Amino acid sequence: MSRPGRDDSPDRLYTITGGRTGTGPDNPFDLVTLVVAESEPAPGMQSEHAAILRLAAAPTAVVEIAAELRLPVSIVKVLLCDLLAAGRVSARHPRKAAVYDPDILEQVLVGLRNL
Amino acid sequence: MDSATSDARTPLGASADNGLKIVVVGGFGVGKTTLVRSVSEIRPLNTEETMTQAGEDVDDVSGVRGKTATTVAFDFGRITLDAHNVLYLFGAPGQERFWFLWDRLFAGTLGAVVLVDTRRIDDSWYAIDRLEHHGTPFIVARNDFGGPAHTHAEIRDALDLDPRVPLVDCDARSRESSKQVLITLVRHLQDQYTGRSAEVPAPRQEFV
Repeated sequence: MSRPGRDDSPDRLYTITGGRTGTGPDNPFDLVTLVVAESEPAPGMQSEHAAILRLAAAPTAVVEIAAELRLPVSIVKVLLCDLLAAGRVSARHPRKAAVYDPDILEQVLVGLRNL
Repeated sequence: MDSATSDARTPLGASADNGLKIVVVGGFGVGKTTLVRSVSEIRPLNTEETMTQAGEDVDDVSGVRGKTATTVAFDFGRITLDAHNVLYLFGAPGQERFWFLWDRLFAGTLGAVVLVDTRRIDDSWYAIDRLEHHGTPFIVARNDFGGPAHTHAEIRDALDLDPRVPLVDCDARSRESSKQVLITLVRHLQDQYTGRSAEVPAPRQEFV
């Protein structure tokens, strides 16, 4: 299996996003933001957008979308911003305070013990 | 409505709303992907991120077209902890260029496991140095390759490891052992944030 992006020419990646970058501080998506589709793919939609909507029928992390589409994470973040702005997806961002939250850590511990 | 690539996908439950990150760092061949696979509910996936060497300010897609673009690949797996929390485990290479991407990819990570092969301990020293630099809490796990039987004291000495950082032995092929590594990390995080790490714990000698 080829690695995502590796077989893609930079020109193709540039075309997918129209040259925009997903790495700026204004991009709200984290690697583990869970994305949920709010609509079905529509005819004429950019194929990458349609693929994301299909993948995110159930909550799906940004990094899973990147792996499934074989695109670099930053490119996927740009595509997700388009979909979010159009109201076609919703985003469940990680709770920023989780690192220091004793309740979350306890939930993680319980979850791991139940594995 | 599944796409052709999604045959093997296991969807998350509809109530999942909080993604969490733990990073497993280690050199090539140390067993990162093995550990991730042992505990993951999905077959580990691979993805990558690109950046330019020069840094954020010129790191747009036009940079990807230039010769300075760097690509870093990483593996990940997933553990559904409960109806809301989903833990993503990332297997990350410890090489130098990778650390340029740490903040972008792994900001907000709960903590890290440094997986050590004592036959190549120098690979790990750099990872530990970088984690300390980024302020990311971590533990060290020695993957058992049946190599020379270094004592924990020898490993701690070689890594110049803070006595408060847990050091455990593991077999990354074993689900139970890998699970115990993660539990050790989370307990270490709990200790850190409740201030219990002020007391230096007895060195952990148990094989997990």
